Amino acid sequence: MASTTTLEPTKAAPGGRRTKTRTPESAENRLGWKLAGPAVAVMLLVTAWPMLRALYLSLFSYRLTDPDNRELVGISNYGVVLSDSLWWRAVGVAVFIMVVTVAVELVIGFGFAMVMNNILVARGLVRASILVPYGIITVVSAYAWLYAFQPTTGFVNQWLHLDPGTNLFDDFWGSIFVICLAEIWKTTPFVSLLLLAGLSQVPNDAIEAATVDGATWRQRLTKVILPSMRAAIMVAVLFRALDAYRIFDSPFIMTGFANGTAPPSGLVYNAMIQRVELGLGSAMSVLLFLSVLIIAFGLMKLFRVDLSQVRGD
Amino acid sequence: MGIRARRRVAAVAAIAGAAAGLAACGGESSGSTPTLNWYINPDVSNLEAYVTDADGNQAPGGQAYLALKCSEESNGAYDIKVRLLPNDASQQREQLVRRLAAEDDSIDLMSLDPAFTAEFANAGFLEPIPEEEQAQLSEGMLDGAIEAATYDDNLIAVPLWSNTQILWFKKSVAEKAGLDMTKPVTWDQIIDAAEQTNTTVSVQAKRYEGYSVWINALISGAGGQILEDPEAGKDAEITVDTPEGKAAAEVVSKLGNSPAAPPALSNADEGGTVASFSAADGGFLVNWTYVYSDPNVAPFKDDLGWVRYPATTEGDESRPPYGGINIGVSSYGKHTDAAYEAAACLTSAESQKTYAQASGNQPARSAVYDDPEMKKAFPMAALWRESIDAAAPRPLTPYWSDISTALYSSWHPPSSVDPDTTPAESQQYIEDVLQGKALL
Repeated sequence: MASTTTLEPTKAAPGGRRTKTRTPESAENRLGWKLAGPAVAVMLLVTAWPMLRALYLSLFSYRLTDPDNRELVGISNYGVVLSDSLWWRAVGVAVFIMVVTVAVELVIGFGFAMVMNNILVARGLVRASILVPYGIITVVSAYAWLYAFQPTTGFVNQWLHLDPGTNLFDDFWGSIFVICLAEIWKTTPFVSLLLLAGLSQVPNDAIEAATVDGATWRQRLTKVILPSMRAAIMVAVLFRALDAYRIFDSPFIMTGFANGTAPPSGLVYNAMIQRVELGLGSAMSVLLFLSVLIIAFGLMKLFRVDLSQVRGD
Repeated sequence: MGIRARRRVAAVAAIAGAAAGLAACGGESSGSTPTLNWYINPDVSNLEAYVTDADGNQAPGGQAYLALKCSEESNGAYDIKVRLLPNDASQQREQLVRRLAAEDDSIDLMSLDPAFTAEFANAGFLEPIPEEEQAQLSEGMLDGAIEAATYDDNLIAVPLWSNTQILWFKKSVAEKAGLDMTKPVTWDQIIDAAEQTNTTVSVQAKRYEGYSVWINALISGAGGQILEDPEAGKDAEITVDTPEGKAAAEVVSKLGNSPAAPPALSNADEGGTVASFSAADGGFLVNWTYVYSDPNVAPFKDDLGWVRYPATTEGDESRPPYGGINIGVSSYGKHTDAAYEAAACLTSAESQKTYAQASGNQPARSAVYDDPEMKKAFPMAALWRESIDAAAPRPLTPYWSDISTALYSSWHPPSSVDPDTTPAESQQYIEDVLQGKALL
């Protein structure tokens, strides 16, 4: 549905009128390119150029503050990264955060979406207030959660009647727990917003028909509502999974990547920004880019399988 | 038509913009006072020239005051504007490296942590000081301060103030533990004393530069050093896996696993340690000298004691950490000559005295220590000077930030340090990182 609506304006574009009547297809194509060309050029400039540059730099041992020792080392940087347990640990951390937060966010987000969809009074107010955390800058929310859990400045220990000296940021699981919590708190609204869009697309008559046929609430949910929301769920999962995989701010602020909480983007930051070791850092950023592609591809594949199954019904 | 008209507008705007840019440049080079941007580390007054107290009285502030003063004294030769760098040393370095690597010409002067001065000089970020000026600028400076501003036998930055850590303690706690604070104490002794009295020993053990400062002081205090030949850059010989390294690891591990460790030990930076020391159960603290002027300790100033940095091992002299700030002149600035003039003014004996009084940071010029006003304001000035003379600076290698990061990563958190394995592991790790064989 979405794709047809985006196509229509192109056909009706004012430029189309300027070309002579009975326009051959190719002229329209050319015009399309003319119109889209500048945008494509800009996009290539801002995305392809840095990527190619990173690819090129990743072949060097090159430190910005030691420019005399620049040296072509071929693909050995990739070897170093891929054989380093730190990298795989980082990937593991990111995948863990991704799986946990996306799963929890989907469940809570769906609850929120139901509430927003069904509420009758103060609709706008409820929707707006659910969205508040999403409006907060990630760095700010990371600090808020960090301070809340600090033994000195925080209130969490007191509220939960924990030992006042409890410091969750002392070890890996404690840190990752708070990091996930902060992520969930902050981005669940986004998920619920996407799910709300999906929910409003569920045909009412289908639900009514199911009710008339005697389907329980659970059956209605799994057989009618969720299948018709598939597109929305996929968008939510894809966006959030990629975002969660590239997580940076929360671990950076809360632990400074201590206790083994560094995700891949943290390692890239350490190499590129902190150590100005451009070769190794570029190699990692290329690998990070590739792993994001793999995840995106994998998720799309996964959902497409679902899609065909549903169609087969 | 619409497109063409818009394009014409854009072109006119571009030309106008370029012209305005040129005009701005022309205006600056034709006689008017050049503006020098000085990137400073946060201190008492940050960007304000004066500190205002609760009653509205104004007193000279930190580096911002020096900037104001020197701009006035220059009679229009230059005008210094201060810009603030982030809080901790690693972040300060990061911002400067990022800008300087891009040859940002908006930096003229910068306040540099001595630990990173060698790296900046090696990268060509610092404008070399003419030889005759080197002699002039370094005259009367403490040897330790000059050493930490020298690379490849050349003075590469001008010391503004020098710093060292001392052991701060609560007299009541030491008394209760029966610790004789008139003699040099060891880490063992203060940890035991804190355990006995249910108090804490606060040190900077967050995963950052300050933790390396501690480790370096511990290893030096046992008579060792982190690396052998700093000028070899990434081929320097790392000497952490030594008996001295083990002695250092024993101290870190003992505190890390002791009830005397404050709850947030593995997350504590300078400010955090002052806070935990000021708490009711605070007992001991190693920290820079500005603690004396810190508002957190004001409520118990009568109970506040200070002695020399604790010894790593019984019988060995302690080697307190060396810190401070050097002023560097950027190679990419537009007014390097004026910048050196400004640096000379900012680091004059007069400026350093004012700065020391305002910030509690020690001068790098020895004459200022003999000033009666200084002696009165800082009763521990003699200890400061003794500590600076005994101090062990962090190795002056262009790769210090790598070495430091690898070091504090492998020793973190303090409770995980094992004297039998950590030194060997961290040595291997540092070597691998330097050779590009391991990630940080």
